[in-house]
Amino acid sequence: MFLKKLVMASAMTLMAGEALADCEISGRVNIVGNEFPAIQTVGNGAKECTGGKVSANLTADHQKINVAGMTGNPAEYTSAIVANSSIVALMNEDVIRPLDDLVAKYGGGLKKNQLITIDGKVMAIAFMANAQHLVYRADILEQAGVNPPSTYEEMLAAAKTIKEQGLMEHPIGGAYMAGWNLAQEFNNMYIGMGGEFFEPGTAKVSINNEAGIAALEMMKALSGYMNPDFLTHDSNATNAEFRAGNVALMNMWGSRAATLPDADGVDPAVKEHMAIAGPMTVGGGKIPATTLWWDGWTVAKNISDEDAAATFKALTYAIRPEILNDTTSPQAVWLIDGYQPTPAAQGVFDAANAGSVPYPMLPYQGLLHSALGAELSDFMQGKEDAATALADAEAAYTTAAKEKGYLN
Amino acid sequence: MKHKTFFWFILPTATAMLLFIALPIVSVVTQSLFTPHEQILKTVENCTPFNCTESTVVDLEATEKQRVEQPLGRWAGLSIYLDRGHLATTAIAEAWNTRTSLGNFVDRLGNLPFYRAMSFTLTYTFVVTPLLIVLGFVIAVAVNSLHRHLKGLVIFFSLLPMIVSPLIGSLVLFWMIDSRGVLGTGLQWLLSNPDLSLKASTELTWIMLIVYGVWHSAPFAFVVFYAGLQTLPQDTMESAMIDGATRWQQTKYVVIPHLMPLVTFVALIQLMDNFRVFEPIVGFNAEAHASSLSWFIFNDLGGETRLLSSASASSVLTIIGVAILLSPVLVRTWRDFNAKG
Repeated sequence: MFLKKLVMASAMTLMAGEALADCEISGRVNIVGNEFPAIQTVGNGAKECTGGKVSANLTADHQKINVAGMTGNPAEYTSAIVANSSIVALMNEDVIRPLDDLVAKYGGGLKKNQLITIDGKVMAIAFMANAQHLVYRADILEQAGVNPPSTYEEMLAAAKTIKEQGLMEHPIGGAYMAGWNLAQEFNNMYIGMGGEFFEPGTAKVSINNEAGIAALEMMKALSGYMNPDFLTHDSNATNAEFRAGNVALMNMWGSRAATLPDADGVDPAVKEHMAIAGPMTVGGGKIPATTLWWDGWTVAKNISDEDAAATFKALTYAIRPEILNDTTSPQAVWLIDGYQPTPAAQGVFDAANAGSVPYPMLPYQGLLHSALGAELSDFMQGKEDAATALADAEAAYTTAAKEKGYLN
Repeated sequence: MKHKTFFWFILPTATAMLLFIALPIVSVVTQSLFTPHEQILKTVENCTPFNCTESTVVDLEATEKQRVEQPLGRWAGLSIYLDRGHLATTAIAEAWNTRTSLGNFVDRLGNLPFYRAMSFTLTYTFVVTPLLIVLGFVIAVAVNSLHRHLKGLVIFFSLLPMIVSPLIGSLVLFWMIDSRGVLGTGLQWLLSNPDLSLKASTELTWIMLIVYGVWHSAPFAFVVFYAGLQTLPQDTMESAMIDGATRWQQTKYVVIPHLMPLVTFVALIQLMDNFRVFEPIVGFNAEAHASSLSWFIFNDLGGETRLLSSASASSVLTIIGVAILLSPVLVRTWRDFNAKG
């Protein structure tokens, strides 16, 4: 589905011929967002506009400043670049504006599937997709005589073989750092096991069940094949382990996997034999144990209509089809017209085609994510059993949700 | 001093204290007593690049109306202080009533975030503070007895741990003790245990944080004691020498009593600093093993959904904790002051 839409879109661009020509704006543009290569490209694209002042603050700490920077009137930032999880905080605080009229006026080049629509109103324009999927070392797997795993059970078996043959001491890598990363890995596994985070239609959490325990047990089994420091490894550290040739199998972000072999000092064997495949399933489930993500931009509510129009025009210009070239195309799975998937994008496409679910955009999902991140590390260290860890996470979530007024 | 003169003299200080100390505390206390409004949720259709689904969002209009009516939020009283993230009174009562043994109760207490953080923070504070005072004193005495040409250089190097910013210092050590780092591999080789990981064990992580804490703060104690040593009364020292006091006796009966007020000062400052331990926990990625109230505040404010009331309650608890820790030292200082007066 997803792939088909993209191919259709590319064809339509060719027909449409020239899109936006120049970018002339009259107003102030100030963008806040994360700082990975694809977002840098978008920020630089917006800066090409003339007639108004365009600035961008791209930083890994963007989530700590975007709400505060958009709350004032007039807001400091006229746009925040967000993902499905982080748009929720902006919506909850009511600091971004519906874009329907701007899309009608200036958004001719945008495709329907780029419009993030909430309650019938366009709230953000997506420009790239992301997902976690399998990254592996083809040479090591071949030496061990195993196929690239399509399930986590196969991954465990492959790791066992690799370890037994003495090819690697810790063949599995994983971003299991206590906090956000660990919680995200649990989310993946829990979704793969067919779990539901909340009782339908309510903010009442329900993760302390068979699927939750099975998810944790699987994570524990995987961690047995990881570097013993796994609770301190985020995706950067896990990538470093892979680059150093210490890891043969890992579940990694598409946005990071593509540029993985480009760093200095990467082991030549890794450069040559790194391979990408779709996400794995777990526990006999059909839905892959991963989540789909989009990254997109928003426009602040508390700014003049003139600045809002300037921001919309500059950012639409920044994601026009002409920005795609040999440097920018591999940076992400672009949702832009005319994007030709590079081999590095295969994992994310497979994730979308295999029916993976998007990360939930619920107002209270972030609270559960934080609670899981803080409470699951005891289980991973073997200090308590899975049911206790999940009960702790539920209790921590319930406390936070009560404070924020989602639960009574 | 005339009242009027005194008033004008103290006014700038008093204003600054009011603005930068009293008002923020009032604001934090107020924030901790209120929580956000009950969220009014509605179900809508969301469309993303992947699919369209039914989803829940906050009803902004209804929420805005509540905000205008009650700008501070809902009155929560002490409920935030007593919830599971802080003092956890209900959870403690339950753990006590259903305990199987005292050990079981302590275990369950250790499973609650606040008490787990306290057990680390207090251990850290009460191990690091005395150790850094002793170490600082030893360095000060050693440096003081060096030849004057060497002193400058040695003082500079002794101060380095304090000059390096705490986050950077802990990050440097963090990578050195990594299981593939210099110190980590060295330890594995020394103890011939290839699976040894300083970062994977709670006990070793605590020891590592404590060693780091002493390393980082000892220069402060050293500088203060070194300054104190320069004011050592030479007559008393000479008399002690004439009386045949050994080096140890001189130190014990002359130097230490002379430096005692400074020890109080260093203890005060360091108790306060160590109770707020934060940077090493972040720098060492140690949150799976050790946490503190300061780390709670950081975590509450850094998530995708900020918990302002919870962070405020943690701040107030930190202030109360520091006050309790400092009370013996303050009482002692007050007594000394009165005795002299």
